[in-house]
Amino acid sequence: MNIPYTVETRPDTGLANGKLGIWLFLGSEVMLFGALFSTYIILRNGAPEWPHGELNVWLGMTNTFILIASSVTMVMAWASLKLNNWRRHRLFLILTFVLAAVFLVNKYFEYSSHFARGEGPWHSTFLAIYYTLTGLHGLHILGGMIVMSYFIGPGAKMWKTSPEQFANRIEYTGLYWHFVDLVWIFLFPVLYLL
Amino acid sequence: MQSDTESVKKSVRTYFMVGAALFVFTAITVAVNQVHLAIPFAITVALIIATLKGSMVASVFMHLSHEKRWIYGALVLTVLFFIVLMCVPSFTTMDTIGTKEPAVGVPEHGTPGAH
Repeated sequence: MNIPYTVETRPDTGLANGKLGIWLFLGSEVMLFGALFSTYIILRNGAPEWPHGELNVWLGMTNTFILIASSVTMVMAWASLKLNNWRRHRLFLILTFVLAAVFLVNKYFEYSSHFARGEGPWHSTFLAIYYTLTGLHGLHILGGMIVMSYFIGPGAKMWKTSPEQFANRIEYTGLYWHFVDLVWIFLFPVLYLL
Repeated sequence: MQSDTESVKKSVRTYFMVGAALFVFTAITVAVNQVHLAIPFAITVALIIATLKGSMVASVFMHLSHEKRWIYGALVLTVLFFIVLMCVPSFTTMDTIGTKEPAVGVPEHGTPGAH
């Protein structure tokens, strides 16, 4: 038996269930990151002084460019499916995966250089919230990569059996990915510049 | 399906243009930071640009510019709770328990009649 409303829209909401589901999930994600941003404000307001220039702005900017580019490739992976171009879809999805991996590699080097100087989360309040925020964001990147690798690998065969459902799945993955990009758009100035 | 395909074709150009605009806004954010403005002004400028970039991602890449009202309803609720969450820091500064000055003529502990 097929699960209803995976492709066709529900008459009451006008949406496929997955679409509403992913948006509710993203709502909960907003609250998760919102709580941490709120914590950041409390810590910063309560601190007698707040460090500036502790992080490498150029590395942060490079990572911002990488995530923006990955958002473009992700939306293009979905658009290519809608235009019935499987090869372009594969190319853009693999590109998104690679860009995500490059982001994490950059983050690894950034973390390594801090730890080499003994600047772990215990070092200061700023670094504690920095590692918490960027660590959680990094986990989201990793989660996105796991989902993408499924659609690049075993999940790809659904395109032959149920192309519309597959396109919907890529759209929901894209919504999640753009949200992860959106969070970074705020994390970058808050942690690296201000 | 035909109109769907046509609208996606038209959107492709928009996606690349928005991507380019996001690159430019990021560069502007960093450039403004290099000028070393006063902290309150720098925070305002950086957050305005970040909000602008976030709106572009949400409206174009996440297709929020033309979504169904159930999605908007869920988001309105999220925004309401998010605003409350962002106000929590100001609630902590309003908390004056243990720091309030005693009223004039009234001892800090007990009532005048107690002496």
